[in-house]
Amino acid sequence: MSYFSFLAEHGSTLLLGTVTTLKVLVCATILYVIISIIFGLMRVSNNSVIQGIATVYIEFFRGTSLLVQLFWFYYVLPFFGVSLEAFTAGVVAIGMNFGAYGAEIVRGGILAVPKGQWEGAHALNFSPFKRMKNIIIPQIFPIILPPAANLTVELLKATALVALVTVVDLTFEAKQINAITWLSAQCFGTALIIYYIISRFFLVPFLRWLEVIAARKVGRGKV
Amino acid sequence: MNAEWKWDFAFQILPQMLWATLNTIMAAGIGYAIAAVVGLLFLLGQRTPYKFINIIIREIIEFIRSTPLLIQLFFVYFVGPQFGITLSAWVCAMITIGLHFGTYLSEVYRGALEGVPKTQWEACRALNFTTLYTYRRIVLPQAFPIAIPGMGNYLVGIFKDTPLLSTIGVAELFHAATAVGGYHYRYLEPYTIVGIIFLALSIPAAMGIRKLERSVNKAQGKVKN
Repeated sequence: MSYFSFLAEHGSTLLLGTVTTLKVLVCATILYVIISIIFGLMRVSNNSVIQGIATVYIEFFRGTSLLVQLFWFYYVLPFFGVSLEAFTAGVVAIGMNFGAYGAEIVRGGILAVPKGQWEGAHALNFSPFKRMKNIIIPQIFPIILPPAANLTVELLKATALVALVTVVDLTFEAKQINAITWLSAQCFGTALIIYYIISRFFLVPFLRWLEVIAARKVGRGKV
Repeated sequence: MNAEWKWDFAFQILPQMLWATLNTIMAAGIGYAIAAVVGLLFLLGQRTPYKFINIIIREIIEFIRSTPLLIQLFFVYFVGPQFGITLSAWVCAMITIGLHFGTYLSEVYRGALEGVPKTQWEACRALNFTTLYTYRRIVLPQAFPIAIPGMGNYLVGIFKDTPLLSTIGVAELFHAATAVGGYHYRYLEPYTIVGIIFLALSIPAAMGIRKLERSVNKAQGKVKN
């Protein structure tokens, strides 16, 4: 069977899987961005209890493996009466895991804002909330976006794991086709190429574009 | 199914889990050793005098870096038999981990080499040192401390990715947990124990790396606050 007839027969299935992969990617990215911001802010809090909670969360999710967390969410939570659908479990596990890494990036970004900005806001008698919202947060984006972009590419790769908790994504479809046809090189090769195309030609250029916009917003961009 | 944590069951399966942990550590260690060498090869491959080869190697690295480890594992494991090459799950796992993390480590090496100021090279030229001598006595000793945090992070990273190896049947910790869980039809204790073992190993490892980083920096006369 030539590669083209393989594509003609199974291409649509793989594309359907790709749509699910993209859905997981988008949902998990939204979740991880929200978690990163919340826990990143908690991490720089002056209140030691809030800071402690954030530290425990971050160390816990960074210290254990994503696959273990994913299986825990999917297979162990039902013991406690919380049954998540496979898709939800996948998105929540990936979002919480990457949120922990993202929170550290946000923390680094906040600490990297020059001290003069904090002092200036203080001198102008801004409330702590207003200082964060109007002065500090807008400036962290050019700092955090490059590492966050790397993390998002990692997240795309991590979405492959949801196939192991029976989410029918690209990896799952590739595995299914492999089990039926035993044309391993074709089906896994195609899956690898699809992931590569998504990452190289869509995700990365989009994230670079965001970086340029963020740099321009604070007046650091090349016009 | 009840949500109670059963201590006797946990202790009953604990020895089995600890044995499997040894396999996990072994997989991470061997995988890391291979990745460290492969990373060096990738680095050299990008620095040949032939531009064409450099671009191809660069693109291969990009490809490996932007595709999931899981599918790479499947690819290596299943494609061999299609062409009459049958490798054991362990060999496939080590090849894949070596290649995948080799690309990351090559980036770490590259960053470290570029982190050595250009003036150091110029000074060595002015002093008429040979290239080998320059690398051995001037550049590498300075590049090494820059590389340590990255190299350490990927050691922990490989360790945390070893559960993926269970998907092709490498008998490591996660594989053992799934097997035990399936046998007793209780997943609460096995998976929780796996999580605890991972925490117990990776947090001290991360702390050790930070300590090593500090002491190397101190030995180099660069003290970071």
